[in-house]
Amino acid sequence: MYAQMIKTAGTGVKSREEMTEQERAFQDKIDADIKIEPKDWMPDDYRATLIRQIGQHAHSEIVGQLPEGNWITRAPTLERKAILLAKVQDEAGHGLYLYCAAETLGVSRDEITEMLLDGRMKYSSIFNYPTLNWADIGAVGWLVDGAAIMNQVPLQRTSFGPYSRAMIRICKEESFHQRQGYDAIRKMAEGTPEQRRMAQDAMNRLWYPSLMMFGPSDKESVHSAQSMAWKIKINTNDELRQKFVDQTVPQAEYLGLSIPDPDLKWNEARGHYDYTDPDWSEFFDVIKGNGPCNVDRLAARNKAWDDGKWVRDGLLAHARKKRTRNLAAE
Amino acid sequence: MNNEWPLWEIFIRGQHGMSHRHVGSLHAPDAEMAIKNARDVYTRRNEGVSIWVVEANNISASSPSDKGPLYEPSESKVYRHPTFFDIPDEVGAM
Ligand SMILES: [Fe+2]
Ligand SMILES: [Fe+2]
Ligand SMILES: [Fe+2]
Repeated sequence: MYAQMIKTAGTGVKSREEMTEQERAFQDKIDADIKIEPKDWMPDDYRATLIRQIGQHAHSEIVGQLPEGNWITRAPTLERKAILLAKVQDEAGHGLYLYCAAETLGVSRDEITEMLLDGRMKYSSIFNYPTLNWADIGAVGWLVDGAAIMNQVPLQRTSFGPYSRAMIRICKEESFHQRQGYDAIRKMAEGTPEQRRMAQDAMNRLWYPSLMMFGPSDKESVHSAQSMAWKIKINTNDELRQKFVDQTVPQAEYLGLSIPDPDLKWNEARGHYDYTDPDWSEFFDVIKGNGPCNVDRLAARNKAWDDGKWVRDGLLAHARKKRTRNLAAE
Repeated sequence: MNNEWPLWEIFIRGQHGMSHRHVGSLHAPDAEMAIKNARDVYTRRNEGVSIWVVEANNISASSPSDKGPLYEPSESKVYRHPTFFDIPDEVGAM
């Protein structure tokens, strides 16, 4: 998802006998759905795993602005431009809510930013794919934000208070994102034959990368049992992926777009669609840094950070000078 | 010197005559910028009519381990609740 393949710190789930008294009290709170707040005691591994997960989620919101921002100046109408601008601005907000949640765990904003910039921390694989034309912008809102919602809705119940509250705020805004995307691609799917062809082409390119957002299949998933016991992961990757497929197929059918999977079909017995998994070797390759846009994305973030330095320093120097002056005048 | 902008806690009064409520935090060089940034980060959909910003290191908080000593004294004072008293029906609403 926005947080894919988060390595859970620690040695796996401990039995109650193996836990210290503090750890038992902590697990009891989680089992009773009592939120953990920043000043409460928590295991170091819980803290470390959450910093990784919330950090990766935040980085995804921020890097995710790049593929969409790419089309703001070229939106087909002034209205679409205003809508896309608002959507991208929301994503900046999502990044900020999440960075603040991570900071309550004791990591500073600069530290976590630098970990993104030098590649120590990742962001979602999906943002390493390009947005080649306007149809992609519709498909991103519909599919990518749609997949994000699948993951974020259950995370509203996560055990860490600040993370849960950030998720609740984010979920309130996401529905606008998905709907504006569906509305944009619908215009094209119902448009000229050329527009229709573009919509289908966007679908063809973005379908599997969207499925990859949920992370590797449960068979290959590095033990997420501990994260689930801590309620920082609520569903398995395959559960969420299946839910996404089941929800999206009828939406595609309405548009008359076909899903680029010849084996996709309704399975009456399971009550779900059968579908083909994405090419996992491609996924691991993108994660490793070899996707079509990895280099561009990191370069853009580094440039923004470097180019903004004089503004950050200047405003801080000004604030310090003003404060000293005010103190002197008192 | 640490050149990170300080952290500000943001409190917003919603539309309907409620008190200011904590909504989150953000970094800003000074109070004025914190208010401007809070406008963009926390009121993009008319969530507020008034913003307070407080530099985070100016906030003192109770510690979680004080929970017992701080709140336990009020637990035994059930008579502070109106439902503690039986009022005869004949008396009417009270
Ligand atoms: Fe978002
Ligand atoms: Fe997003
Ligand atoms: Fe979104």
